[in-house]
Amino acid sequence: MMTPRRKRMLWVALMVAGVAIAAFFALTAFQKNLLYFYTPSQVASGEAPKGYPFRIGGLVVKDSVKREPDSLTVRFEVSDGPSAVAVRYTGILPDLFREGQGIIAVGQVDDAGTFQASEVLAKHDENYMPPEVAESLKKNGQLPADYSEYQKK
Amino acid sequence: MIAEFGHIALVMALLMALLQGTFPLMGASQGVSIWMSVAKPAGRAQFLFLLASFGALTACFVNNDFSVEYVARNSNSALPLYYRIAAVWGSHEGSMLLWATILGLWTAAVTVFSRSLSEDFLARVLGVMGLVSVGILLFILYTSNPFERLAPAPPDGNDLNPLLQDFGMTVHPPMLYMGYVGLSVAFAFAIAALLGGSLDSAWARWSRPWTLVAWTFLTGGITLGSWWAYYELGWGGWWFWDPVENASFMPWLVATALIHSLAVTEKRGAFKTWTVLLAIFAFSLSLLGTFLVRSGVLTSVHAFASDPTRGLFILILLAIVVGGSLLVYTLKAPGVRDVARYSLVSKENLLLLNNILLVTASASILLGTLYPLILDALKLGKISVGPPYFGAVFAPLMAPIFLLAGIGPMFAWRESSIGRILHRVRYLFPASFAAGVALAALAWNEADFKMMAGLGCAFWLAASALLSLWTRLRLREGWLEGLRAQSPSVYGMTAAHLGAAVFLVGAVLSDRLSQEKLVRMAPGDSVTLSGYSFHFLGTETLQGPNFSAQQATFRVERDGKSLELKPQKRNYKVQRNMMTEAAIDPGLTRDLYVALGEPLDKNAWSVRLYVKPFIRWIWAGGLFMIAGGLLSVSDRRYRLPLREARAVPGQAAAARAS
Repeated sequence: MMTPRRKRMLWVALMVAGVAIAAFFALTAFQKNLLYFYTPSQVASGEAPKGYPFRIGGLVVKDSVKREPDSLTVRFEVSDGPSAVAVRYTGILPDLFREGQGIIAVGQVDDAGTFQASEVLAKHDENYMPPEVAESLKKNGQLPADYSEYQKK
Repeated sequence: MIAEFGHIALVMALLMALLQGTFPLMGASQGVSIWMSVAKPAGRAQFLFLLASFGALTACFVNNDFSVEYVARNSNSALPLYYRIAAVWGSHEGSMLLWATILGLWTAAVTVFSRSLSEDFLARVLGVMGLVSVGILLFILYTSNPFERLAPAPPDGNDLNPLLQDFGMTVHPPMLYMGYVGLSVAFAFAIAALLGGSLDSAWARWSRPWTLVAWTFLTGGITLGSWWAYYELGWGGWWFWDPVENASFMPWLVATALIHSLAVTEKRGAFKTWTVLLAIFAFSLSLLGTFLVRSGVLTSVHAFASDPTRGLFILILLAIVVGGSLLVYTLKAPGVRDVARYSLVSKENLLLLNNILLVTASASILLGTLYPLILDALKLGKISVGPPYFGAVFAPLMAPIFLLAGIGPMFAWRESSIGRILHRVRYLFPASFAAGVALAALAWNEADFKMMAGLGCAFWLAASALLSLWTRLRLREGWLEGLRAQSPSVYGMTAAHLGAAVFLVGAVLSDRLSQEKLVRMAPGDSVTLSGYSFHFLGTETLQGPNFSAQQATFRVERDGKSLELKPQKRNYKVQRNMMTEAAIDPGLTRDLYVALGEPLDKNAWSVRLYVKPFIRWIWAGGLFMIAGGLLSVSDRRYRLPLREARAVPGQAAAARAS
């Protein structure tokens, strides 16, 4: 026989179980979708994981953007000063992508050491720099002169 | 001169806010009537000063006064007048002024529609709102004064960010802010009730319409933002789990929980402390949203350049608001007793479950949004959480909400029988299941589990919302009489739940059935996508007021019918920004979407082509929800003077609505 008290306990137990299942799903999904950020220097020194996606950011190296003919594939290099990493991307680049611009790419490094990007982000305006990129450039003394002034505005 | 006038008005508004935030609160606690009477005039005066200040900034924009730094950075003499006005809130300082002005507007609204409130309660509500306003105004005056002069004045301005030169983007921020800031009213009501120990049904009835209006604006703001992102960003998506979108979605989820929980508190006198906690959370999440957008800690489409002192200031403000209100809560809440008795199977408990699910959903978004920031602040590495996380967590949490929203309205207050409910949906449940499978399989010839589940859920929700309305109608003599006998809030609820179903159809079908192609096309080329053939005819150059554009022409054909789409690639001259203007042919069952990528060699372009079935239904769902919110607010019950409302005791009101 179910007393009201027992019924309530059962209800509470069911709810706790539900929340636990939700938390489990959330944390599993969370783990799976974590993307770490690496600078080109870290990638060059082999710190970045192989066969696992991550984000890379830096300035697009001047005169490095090359298109493969008759396709949407683009190759370019991103740099944080000391080192540059080759990136290959097939698709449409964002409006604000251009040489010298700070960008972030999502993807993974292949066996040849090329970063195969699945997504390239360059956002908002010509002066904007992703905070991660700005910080790594600052560390290497590569921050453009006008950047600090822009930040003040 | 005008700029200085605006600055002085802003300082005056701060003084008024200080008056409004101190004397009424002291008066209410000491029982000094004359101190409490400061609240109304101070609130109204504050609003007038804010309006004057906002008007002054607008005037600077209209007159192209580039000696004002904010105007110089965000406007240009070539910018059309309409966008010059919209540019007032195009960047940080002005949008904070808009925030403050809207808070003033809500304050003034409370002073006008408050006849039924007792003197000390009104004094406390306005006092709390005054304190919030003091914080925001100090923030504006110390870190982001929009009236600062620039010497020497530049000959022309830096122009408004091209992304914002668009109708959707001009309306979206005020709408969203109305929602964000409107939650401060619910917050002030909750704190006032805690302080005064008057946490009862009457408090919930006063608080409900305000919360509903704020929720409606928030819904509108989010819907508009999503629609804008769809047509303006040129990626063809309608929701990106961008941290700033999340920042508006979290308070929405909690506000949705709040309007349901307020219903229980009003009708049954239960969940009092929980409702108060939700009101505190909802407003805190609004402030957190402001912090996330304005501190520049996020990589996002919305992350304006900003300086860390601003972020710190908002963070301190946030800590004071959250910490202070939780302190009041811990001191006062233990004294509050829920008088209502209800059994396990009852509408009360079902609504509690709905609340738990919505708050869990909000918390999971909070985790995904804040975890990277916390990790970064602790120097443990830079990470980001990919959109699949939100999708994976969200779907399993939302599915039970949709199922519950269907049967929720059929449950009776206090005690209900599971058997009766099951009996009532004995045809409906299998029918929904069958509808999901059949619609997915027949109409689109696909055995797609997610689509079946989504369509089944949507069918279930829509059909059960109509079924419970029908049952209410049958209680009366004739159906026409039944229609008239229902209170507007019943229609409001039905419309909002139907909206959720419509939204779900749009979200599921556009997600599962969208066709997309990224191709290289030269003039004369044609590409076929889900039965439509897209012919690229060529490009021409156009001149806009402050941009030049490459406009391409595509002829789209299917079954002998054809139409033309003209997407543009714009180059805004002042900021030297490229912008994609997608061309969309909207339709009830499908959108055709063409966006230009980049110019390639030999006159060719990279082009995005989409066919997006039922995507309009997503925003149509939002419109249904807005209509639902407005209908509910129009309920006469909320406008009854206190005496009459008291004369209609809770039971009678409950009987009318159930």
